[in-house]
Amino acid sequence: MAAVTSLADAVSEHVHDGDVVALEGFTHLIPFAAGHEIIRQGRRDLTLVRMTPDVIYDQLIGAGCARKLIFSWGGNPGVGSLHRFREAIQDGWPVPLEIEEHSHAGMANRYVAGASGLPFAILRGYAGTDLMGVTDTIRSITCPFTGEALAAVPALTPDVTIIHAQQGDRAGNVALWGITGVQKEAALAAKRTIVTVEEIVDELRTPYGAIVLPGWAITAVAEVPGGAHPSYAAGYSVRDNAYYQHWDAISRDRTAFGQWLLALIDEHAAAEAAR
Amino acid sequence: MTVDERHTDVTDVYSADEMMTVEASRALAGVASCFVGIGLPSTAANLARTTHSPDLVLVYESGCLGSKPDALPLSIGDGMLAETATSVVSVPEVFNYWLQAGRIELGFLSAAQIDRRANINTTVIGSYDDPKVRLPGAGGAPEIAASCGEVIVIVRQTRRIFVDRVSFVTSVGFGDDPGDREKFGLRGRGPRRIITDLGILQPDEHGDLVLTAIHPGVDVEQVRAATGWDLRVSDDLRTTPEPTDTELSVLRHLQSTMGQR
Repeated sequence: MAAVTSLADAVSEHVHDGDVVALEGFTHLIPFAAGHEIIRQGRRDLTLVRMTPDVIYDQLIGAGCARKLIFSWGGNPGVGSLHRFREAIQDGWPVPLEIEEHSHAGMANRYVAGASGLPFAILRGYAGTDLMGVTDTIRSITCPFTGEALAAVPALTPDVTIIHAQQGDRAGNVALWGITGVQKEAALAAKRTIVTVEEIVDELRTPYGAIVLPGWAITAVAEVPGGAHPSYAAGYSVRDNAYYQHWDAISRDRTAFGQWLLALIDEHAAAEAAR
Repeated sequence: MTVDERHTDVTDVYSADEMMTVEASRALAGVASCFVGIGLPSTAANLARTTHSPDLVLVYESGCLGSKPDALPLSIGDGMLAETATSVVSVPEVFNYWLQAGRIELGFLSAAQIDRRANINTTVIGSYDDPKVRLPGAGGAPEIAASCGEVIVIVRQTRRIFVDRVSFVTSVGFGDDPGDREKFGLRGRGPRRIITDLGILQPDEHGDLVLTAIHPGVDVEQVRAATGWDLRVSDDLRTTPEPTDTELSVLRHLQSTMGQR
């Protein structure tokens, strides 16, 4: 049964140095606040997993939290490059970043295998691409029924998956709707799952077609209104496109990024002191 | 309100990018479904849907099937793509049930580099282990290039982008040799048209790109100079029609709405 707790306690208890951590969200419902909490708590040597590492991963990488990234597309959606990500790969700053690179279809199926308790997934993919030569976790397999050659990719089973959802209840059941990406699979593939929610309600009030993850499949739930900002939570907030556009200038410059990082940590210290 | 009532500021001056986007939207005439990446492909696909192809089904990799946005999205997961979709499915579903199963007629891609055999690079410039420029990576493109019925690429034409051989094959066009698509088991027909700001390139029967059209005001030598290999020119080279007032006014209106909702 999920513990309903604070974000700080959830991260402190369940995210450890050296863990494999997935913060998933496909433009919508990206768990930014949880990523910021990981930065504040100074986690190191994480293997970060994400189909679409975007600004929150740029921030985690720039802050030196990660030693490896497993991903399929790293960019600032609609804006351009992630400069902290690029600098970590090109120049090893602030720490070298090892990469394990896939396609979206491969990553999605790796989570499906993880959620399904299977060792690997198969797909029609990667054939003829140079990804096959640089990524050891892409192999070929022959279908035992048809003889067709298919791609095989190993299951992703993060130590912790963190997602953001619209609602949770007091029993720790959570509901998410709108574009739900790969979050259900990422949550069920993980050993531990933390869910931040816009609000905790007495009874979930969800639109038709919402995903409800039962509390017994989740480790911790924390109420964090606005926890997806500058991403959004359908029904609660809209995407802060300006933040993504402004991030470009901060991300380009080590000094500007350093100032941003100090402000993030100071903001937290001020909030703690005011408690 | 008709389009013409809404926009009265159209002039007969247009940019090369506008020409490219308009020509890409025209290429979608008669197409039933289109897997759309963000940026130029999304702009062109929405221009097609707003003008000549109101029933064109737009599929976004965020899981939105049949989105009908009235403003251009800034990202593939903007809320309006879900709100205006016929159905919103998970990311594993969009790739497995819809793309991999061969349900999408056309894929619309862009490129950081493209070569004489229409192979696409969006991964690195230079060597993989010590890259000159680290690019975003594959995203959905390798499987879009493999499994959509056919592919259209929309990309600006310069020698830096149009190279003899891409540094890294992220998505397969026609591989190295004739027959490579069959050898790799790729089910779609691959890139049929590369639409640039200068003209259109199409593969010959062996998969080598040939210049088949130039845009008004562009000359062939200009295109060859913007190409990093000895570009062949079709005997039937045509000139694309200029954008109409309607195409331009709708395009400009769409662009003014980027990320506005």
